[in-house]
Amino acid sequence: MSLLLPDSGLLFWMVLIFAIVFFVLAKFGFPVITGMLEKRREYIDNSLRLAKEADEKIGHLMEEQARMIAQAREEQARILKEAAQARDNIVRQAQEKAQDEARKILEEAKVRIEAEKESALREIRSQVALLSVNVAEKVIRKDLSSDKAQMELVYKMLDEVSASGQADKN
Amino acid sequence: MAAVLPLAAGAADTEAVVVPEQDDAVASAVMPEDDAAEQSDDVDVYGIIFGHIGDSYEWHITDIGGRKISIPLPVIVRSSTGWHCFLSSRLEDGTGYEGLHISSSDRFDGKIVELDADGNEIRPFDISITRNVLALMISSILLVALILSCSRWYRRHDALSEAPRGVAALLEPVIAMINDDVIKDTIGPGYARFAPYLLTVFFFILINNLMGIVPFFPGGANVTGNITVTFVLAFITFMIVNLTTNRHYWKDIFWPDVPLWLKPIMIVLEIFGVFTKPFSLMIRLFANIMAGHCLILCVVSIIFIAAKIGIAIGTSMTIISVVFGIFMDCLELLVAFIQAYVFTMLSAVFIGLSRERPETGKS
Repeated sequence: MSLLLPDSGLLFWMVLIFAIVFFVLAKFGFPVITGMLEKRREYIDNSLRLAKEADEKIGHLMEEQARMIAQAREEQARILKEAAQARDNIVRQAQEKAQDEARKILEEAKVRIEAEKESALREIRSQVALLSVNVAEKVIRKDLSSDKAQMELVYKMLDEVSASGQADKN
Repeated sequence: MAAVLPLAAGAADTEAVVVPEQDDAVASAVMPEDDAAEQSDDVDVYGIIFGHIGDSYEWHITDIGGRKISIPLPVIVRSSTGWHCFLSSRLEDGTGYEGLHISSSDRFDGKIVELDADGNEIRPFDISITRNVLALMISSILLVALILSCSRWYRRHDALSEAPRGVAALLEPVIAMINDDVIKDTIGPGYARFAPYLLTVFFFILINNLMGIVPFFPGGANVTGNITVTFVLAFITFMIVNLTTNRHYWKDIFWPDVPLWLKPIMIVLEIFGVFTKPFSLMIRLFANIMAGHCLILCVVSIIFIAAKIGIAIGTSMTIISVVFGIFMDCLELLVAFIQAYVFTMLSAVFIGLSRERPETGKS
């Protein structure tokens, strides 16, 4: 039966020892450990959250990057296309201009040739008129006895005329 | 709680072991065959078991050839003639010292008593360092050293950048488990106030249970299987539960939410329940550990009883006992942990229940 009855001496020591153990451990032992465990748990939770956020950010960045690359490609294609168009335009314009120029030059040349022709014709006409007048003068002055003499006269006068015409011209 | 009780009861039925008294058993069994003192041929199983699970003024280690080998412990007694302080070895011969002797009467069996004028035995005020007290001291020093070395690691290192090593690595998971899974989960908000006490209780019970399994000095004392020790622990839990509670707790006891005609019965039951909860804590731990020690001692004693019967039976029973003893020792290791865990968890549950508010819902 003594097993079931608390013993006063042991009770005294048990209370004393447990009080000391509890005091020491509650003051210097467990709070330090549990506090540190708590801190570490918070730190780990925090780190995990940050890692997750970083992961998400990287995901966003990669999306962004892919988007930017696609955009750049589009831009590139567009610029190339524009450049090709511009080149074609320039070439076409240059061609048109050259054609215009050529046409203008031709027209001018034609006009000048026409003018030259006109002036040459005019000159010839005046020369012919003059010659005719001279010839007529000579014919009238000389007696045209025979056909042979007549022809000789004509040629002679023509020579004169042409010679004088040339001298005049010069 | 209901879920835990069968477990605890089951453990009590099967647990056991601790071979601390094996040496005693050897001594008692061998003696009759030796040329030692004349003794009865029966193995004194009762004496072995109760000698072990009780307390004593000396730390008996073994007997060699009839000579008792034990560590004398200080006796501190205040009798009618004042304070007495001497080593227990002075009481060994049974004649007494300074008017004090160890009683062999039914009432004070094994305790130091003095005789009054009429020749009646009376108990003096006795705060001797008995075997249990010394075992308590040893395991307490060990516990404090372990926990402080663990907390010192945390003080000296940055727990955020280093993994714990040594004692800290050993204790950290256990502390984390008790703190988070048991204390935080059962008590809920405001648990931090109670965590140091509950953690202390857990490790105090655990280390004393484990030291009890070690069969030789400085282990082997039946500390947590002593009702005084479990009484103190249960009493502290009782005080905490009833002193830190809120008014809902008292309302539930003195004006429970039941029909009026049931109230008188319920009030009696509730008041009864206030005391049965810590009482069950006390008895559970005490009975489990004591029964464990008893059982293993019985298993070991079987060897010596069987040895008397015959060589064939003796040999076979010895093999069975050793196998069974090994099994029991392993089981006792488990029980040492389970009982510490159960005591802590139920204390946490009682504290948690006493702090429950109606809004949070009653389970």
